[in-house]
Amino acid sequence: MTDSIEYRGVHKISGPLIFVEGITGVGFNELAEIRGDDGETRRGRVLEISSGVAAVEVFEGTTGLSTTSTSVKFLGRPLTIPLSTEMLGRVFNGLGEPADGGPVPFTEDYRDVNGLPMNPYSRDYPTQFIQTGVSAIDGMDTLVRGQKLPIFSGSGLPHNLLATQIARQATIRGEKEGFAVVFAAMGIKHDEAAFFKRSFEESGALKNSAIFLNLADDPAVERLVTPRSALTLAEYLAFEQDMHVLVVITDMTNYAEALREISAAREEVPSRKGYPGYMYSDFASIYERAGRIKGRKGSITQMPVLTMPNDDITHPIPDLTGYITEGQIVVDRDLHRRGIYPPVNILPSLSRLMKDGIGKGKTREDHGQVTSQLYSAYSKAQELRSLSAIIGEEGMTDKDRDYLKFGEAYEQRFLRQKFDENRTLETTLDLAWQMLSVLPESELSRISDKYVKAYYKRS
Amino acid sequence: MAIQGKIDKISGPVVQAEGVSGLEMHELTMVGDAELIGEVVRIEGTSATIQVYEETGGLKPGEKVVGSGMPLSVELGPGLLQSIYDGIQRPLDVIKNLTGDFIARGVKTPALSRTAKWHFVPTAKVGDSVIGGAVLGTVQETPLFQHRILVPPNVSGTIAEIAEEGDYVIEQVICRLRGKEKGVTELKLYHRWPVREPRPYIERLEPSDPLITGQRIIDTFFPVAKGGAVAIPGGFGTGKTITSHQLAAWSDAEIIVYIGCGERGNEMTEVLLTFPEWKDPKSGRPLMERTVLIANTSNMPVSAREASIYTGVTIAEYFRDMGYNVAIMADSTSRWAEALRELSGRLEEMPAEEGYPSYLSSRLGEFYERAGRVKALNEQLGSVTLIGAVSPPGGDFSEPVTVHTKRFVRTFWALDSALASMRHYPAINWLTSYSEYTDYVENWWNALTNGLWRQSTIKAMDVLKREDDLKEVIRLVGSESLPENEKLVMEVARMLREGFLQQNAYDPIDTYSSPEKQFKLLTAILSFYENSTKAVSKGVPVSRIMALPSLADIFKLRMSVPGDKIDLIDKTINKINSDLSSLEGKS
Repeated sequence: MTDSIEYRGVHKISGPLIFVEGITGVGFNELAEIRGDDGETRRGRVLEISSGVAAVEVFEGTTGLSTTSTSVKFLGRPLTIPLSTEMLGRVFNGLGEPADGGPVPFTEDYRDVNGLPMNPYSRDYPTQFIQTGVSAIDGMDTLVRGQKLPIFSGSGLPHNLLATQIARQATIRGEKEGFAVVFAAMGIKHDEAAFFKRSFEESGALKNSAIFLNLADDPAVERLVTPRSALTLAEYLAFEQDMHVLVVITDMTNYAEALREISAAREEVPSRKGYPGYMYSDFASIYERAGRIKGRKGSITQMPVLTMPNDDITHPIPDLTGYITEGQIVVDRDLHRRGIYPPVNILPSLSRLMKDGIGKGKTREDHGQVTSQLYSAYSKAQELRSLSAIIGEEGMTDKDRDYLKFGEAYEQRFLRQKFDENRTLETTLDLAWQMLSVLPESELSRISDKYVKAYYKRS
Repeated sequence: MAIQGKIDKISGPVVQAEGVSGLEMHELTMVGDAELIGEVVRIEGTSATIQVYEETGGLKPGEKVVGSGMPLSVELGPGLLQSIYDGIQRPLDVIKNLTGDFIARGVKTPALSRTAKWHFVPTAKVGDSVIGGAVLGTVQETPLFQHRILVPPNVSGTIAEIAEEGDYVIEQVICRLRGKEKGVTELKLYHRWPVREPRPYIERLEPSDPLITGQRIIDTFFPVAKGGAVAIPGGFGTGKTITSHQLAAWSDAEIIVYIGCGERGNEMTEVLLTFPEWKDPKSGRPLMERTVLIANTSNMPVSAREASIYTGVTIAEYFRDMGYNVAIMADSTSRWAEALRELSGRLEEMPAEEGYPSYLSSRLGEFYERAGRVKALNEQLGSVTLIGAVSPPGGDFSEPVTVHTKRFVRTFWALDSALASMRHYPAINWLTSYSEYTDYVENWWNALTNGLWRQSTIKAMDVLKREDDLKEVIRLVGSESLPENEKLVMEVARMLREGFLQQNAYDPIDTYSSPEKQFKLLTAILSFYENSTKAVSKGVPVSRIMALPSLADIFKLRMSVPGDKIDLIDKTINKINSDLSSLEGKS
């Protein structure tokens, strides 16, 4: 692109948007540089364009801009970020600029942050088991390489702790190389950011991680770019550099709020709860950037974190997410109150790709049936718990009381584990059998006799 | 001469063009220097609004917009089967070869291969007078499927020339028709048809046969007729997609069109991986040989998502016109409705409920009405069965898409998140689902079951209803205080739920249940119910009945008895009944 024209003065400023008049030759979605009185250069993106008028969203916000003294230059290309393997071990802002005081990494390539949709025909189906060392996940809702599995949580719950634990512990059994972690944080608090950095440093995981930070007091528009920058790096590492990448994105709720804010500033017709009608497509353009490609070695596994407003799983943010992602891990307030970590409620949790990642040759032959039995037994235990609150334990049969015992044992011994406790799959499954052994053998209707014979020991 | 104008405004997938008077509504247009594919959706004076089927980043005002002179259409001919297309019928496998693993813009490639050769066998001959829809000849497209080459619906005349048996590519002329007025029309192995226009037929017929899906709760309790319309609503995680996959795999239609509309990429990969492996229960051939896939995943352009269901249903109608039974799975129609909403928002239209445009309901109606059993133009009987998954936000069935869909479908398979979290699959709730086709398919089932089908399903459903009522009572007083006969109802209901309604899609035997096996299983449980009721009335406690070791088998019959050995079910039930009578003897 040759030298672009610099336009002086803008027509209108509204929230994070500026409207520039009298322009020619500017494309939709093009990157713009905005200079205000302070001489500082900000960046923006063309959101809508008609003959002569462009609406530009400014990533750094519009504070301090005026209609007269602002100048805008259109760069003739979409927003790109520089990419390199040297980005591992570093901290960046949402636009991919160093935020740790270090130098700009040597650039190997530039890519449009929006990426391109992966051809469904090129995808390879995810089937490799990832051991996270967390029983609630490995045993009950197994994560596989190339999956997108979000954590649904609520304010004040230890989702960040859980996400960090997974990022630290995730391994593929029988493979030496671990995961490169790309971490995108949108609208999180300074002390949360500090926690992440510290725990990555302490565990030595930082050298294999790239962190993209957009803090709560950073501009909202940058929040929309942060996960895209992170995923662009992840795609580069996975599909050009043959790495296995785990992407943790937190917190999608802040992202959705930013999306709503920009939509309102553009005076768009809102749909549910004021969120824009295209939120599903927008979420999909983030979540679908996970997976494997036939004939390429690397993979992207995504673990987005979101806090459900008011713990409501039907709120548009978790709802639309659940329709795109391959399951969800639900963090539960009640379990948390009772001091159980990780407080994962398995009943509403689900891993859609689990069935193809477990079993003989992948985990253990009894895994699927054990999971199914635990699910049904825990579901029954929960039902009986509420019943016993009404009619008392006396009115229950011996079998029912066994189930209550099972429920308690399951939560206290199977579910509960320490933040730095990394359980192997065998430990998890053996624990599972200990739990099932609280129940009479005749109750194990979902498990084949041969596995019952091999593993069941009535306690 | 093609109409040419300029881009005036770009907002996401919607582009405004100036100086294009003469463009027609729904005309296919090339937008910008990159020649992105678009469709005219609104015309005002000399300007037109165009929805673009590809990512619009980089388009600039002033770039050209060119009309194509024809509406958005699909290519219909040999080569459709085993293909995977995007929402506007571009083959994704070819795109992969052209642009790599990620889909770039402005790719132009025909839907049907221009180089593949097909063995054409003429059945019509020179001098025959043919009308639109008439069969000119056949092509054995896959071992499972014989493709009938049709005269396009709007063409007729006398055959002046027809190709001999032999191998042809689809662009070769295989027939020349002399029309009454127009002179000679050249016909090829394929023709085009606009996606938004239903293909014509002689008349619609009442449905009569069930679409057998091999899924017990569906076939036995909530059947759909061939030519019917069904909705499967369910929140996320309730198993819409697995149910759709199961239907696509096991339905006894000759052709399956599977539309992945705004859903996950990995799900399409799963279909692509499993369908070639799964075998048709009748012929033993891979299921892929009768399947057309349309994949417009959630991260692909939103306008193409809107078009994808029309693309799918038009392809289905084409096969119907050959005299075949076709089933379409559209997963999910909610994503289509949302695409409609998104585009409507970009067009700055006045929203109705929850931001959806006011024409949502009429569009849904038009779509579901393309299902049906018809007498085609060539007098063959064919049908299109339409199965639409609905993804209601928050699993709330009172939202606009579910509510409006209910008005146009006659079978409703309500997926229930409570069942799903108990891992009861398929999580179809038997109390809230319904089928209005039961009366139509009754004769078919009664012929198979000595007239017993209807009364058996009513009996079983009655047990399930009573279980639901009794649950309320148990919640208050506990199950121990129920009278014996009601305890038995609870146990039989559990047997129905776990031994009949639940069906494991991943179990090699359980995944498909023939109608015969379904009925035998149901009869087995009902006969146990009858005999144990007698035993209870003679004073045998339910706890003793349930302690019978032979009873455990009844729960596992669905998985242990293969489709060709269903007489084993009789053996089990006879054993149980004799154990029952020996209990009676003792008490």
